[in-house]
Amino acid sequence: MKNRTFILNYYLMLIPGLVLLILFSVVPMLGVAIAFQDFNSGLGLWRSEWVGLDNFNYMFQLSDSRVIFINTISLAVMKIIANLIVPLVFALLLNEVRKKAFKRFVQTVVYLPHFLSWVILAGILTDMFSYHGLVNQLFGAFGFEPVLFLASNTWFPAILVSSDVWKEFGFNTIIYLAALTGINSSLYEAAAIDGAGRGEQLWHITLPGIRPTIVLLATLSLGNVLNAGFDQIYNMYNPLVYSSSDIIDTYVYRVGLLDVQYGLATAVGLLKSIVSLILIGISYTLASKFANYRIF
Amino acid sequence: MVRTRSFGSISADVCIYFLLGLVTLSTLYPLWYTVAVSFSDSSAVAGGFVTWWPVDFNLAAYHEIVSDHKFYKAFLVSIERVLLGTTISFVITLLMAYPLSKENSLFPGRNIIMWFLVVIMLFNSGLIPWYMTIKSYGMLDSIWALVLPYAVPVFNIILVINYFRGLPKELEEAGLVDGAGPWYLLLNIYLPLSVPVMATVTLFSIVFHWNAFFDGLILMNRPEHYPLQSYVQQLVVNINTTDISSEGLKSLSLLSNKTLNAAKIVVTMLPVLVIYPFLQRYFVHGITLGAVKE
Repeated sequence: MKNRTFILNYYLMLIPGLVLLILFSVVPMLGVAIAFQDFNSGLGLWRSEWVGLDNFNYMFQLSDSRVIFINTISLAVMKIIANLIVPLVFALLLNEVRKKAFKRFVQTVVYLPHFLSWVILAGILTDMFSYHGLVNQLFGAFGFEPVLFLASNTWFPAILVSSDVWKEFGFNTIIYLAALTGINSSLYEAAAIDGAGRGEQLWHITLPGIRPTIVLLATLSLGNVLNAGFDQIYNMYNPLVYSSSDIIDTYVYRVGLLDVQYGLATAVGLLKSIVSLILIGISYTLASKFANYRIF
Repeated sequence: MVRTRSFGSISADVCIYFLLGLVTLSTLYPLWYTVAVSFSDSSAVAGGFVTWWPVDFNLAAYHEIVSDHKFYKAFLVSIERVLLGTTISFVITLLMAYPLSKENSLFPGRNIIMWFLVVIMLFNSGLIPWYMTIKSYGMLDSIWALVLPYAVPVFNIILVINYFRGLPKELEEAGLVDGAGPWYLLLNIYLPLSVPVMATVTLFSIVFHWNAFFDGLILMNRPEHYPLQSYVQQLVVNINTTDISSEGLKSLSLLSNKTLNAAKIVVTMLPVLVIYPFLQRYFVHGITLGAVKE
């Protein structure tokens, strides 16, 4: 009897959250039906004309689709690789520091950009990389011609990847540092007695010690192969660099909300969501199988 | 223990400290540069004389911001959004995490609801259906459109569930013996014990709401309803990037008021800098809680 009142109260606690989830997460899921319609916002979801897979066929015929798909994957993969390696190297360097105050100061500073929005950072970076900006002044001091970094299809993707690493590497270091503190310190003492130098200790103790973490992070990042970073690109790109940096998310925004081609935009977005879900499923399965990773 | 260190080891240390110092500087410099620009004279900035310190120190840009009615309004919208959004998600997170931290045998249906949450967290229905849903509720141009869609932060809820499950079961059993009900147990036993995790998710939620810009741009039709980040996006960033593509890009970038823009950026990041010390105390714990588990 007491159990039943408890269960009743548990459900009471869940109701507000579940109602909000249904309104703002489940209803939009039903809205993906727009992908199979010639959607007219005046008519709404119920009375718009159904067109089957027309939007998808149209999408595969567009030359834009190939470009945005390739841009998305290449930018995302470059960011994933850079965001695995740079924080690792940084964590290893930081791990060698014995002065606590210096270590803490460095950590405090490098975590900060993670918490600033891309609006702010793009505002700062687009100014620094502009034609008359600080970077070109520096180039000028060494006798180089000024470069239109933000309008160049060779420079702009590099700026996207490096500024993303610049923003996130500190934060991504946290997990590596946590794993590094988990390594048994008696291993280092034993190695030192056996005459192993710092380089050998790094190679034979530290790296094997955090290998599971590296593998886990790499596996989980599989789910991000189609996330090239909307917030960043939206705030930094311009029509001159569409051919190198227009991604699925920015394309969906322009085609859907600016050109009001709702059906096409929803179809592109839906395809991305389904592929992403499959990738996340695969990565979680691998992670739980090999690294015993559970989210709950 | 006295140990003579080899020359190689010492020079390695010097290299490491130098490299780390350089990286730290490169992280800080763009932010510092913006602060320096915001306090400089605008002609000195246009001439490219500002690199480290403000040139012809003055507060003109900040005076202009204070008298800018639109900026002020956007700042208030952001504050309102953070207060509403954080309070609502705090309550919802607590209310959902507690029952879901129970075993399925004590709370039948728990596992099904967990799967429902995970599917919702992982499947993104896409921009257009999301926008159409909120539009169909008649919520465009309302502050609720910036708050209610994020009222149930599933990832945070999972963090709190994991935390609740790590608390000793004896605490609750003792309460049960005394005849306490679930609401009493949640508010008087679980809540006081979960300060670290609730602080973590609350700070995350403050930063999330403060930094969000895109929903403001698409869901608010009138600029006076923009939160601060959307306002800055439109007036600073968007203009910066359209300049690049326009014909007269060289002259335009000179004309645009870099000092004022820098001041707006500084004011926009100020709240994050203010809560950053608190944030830093908790997020390391929070992130490792969610990421690495044995």
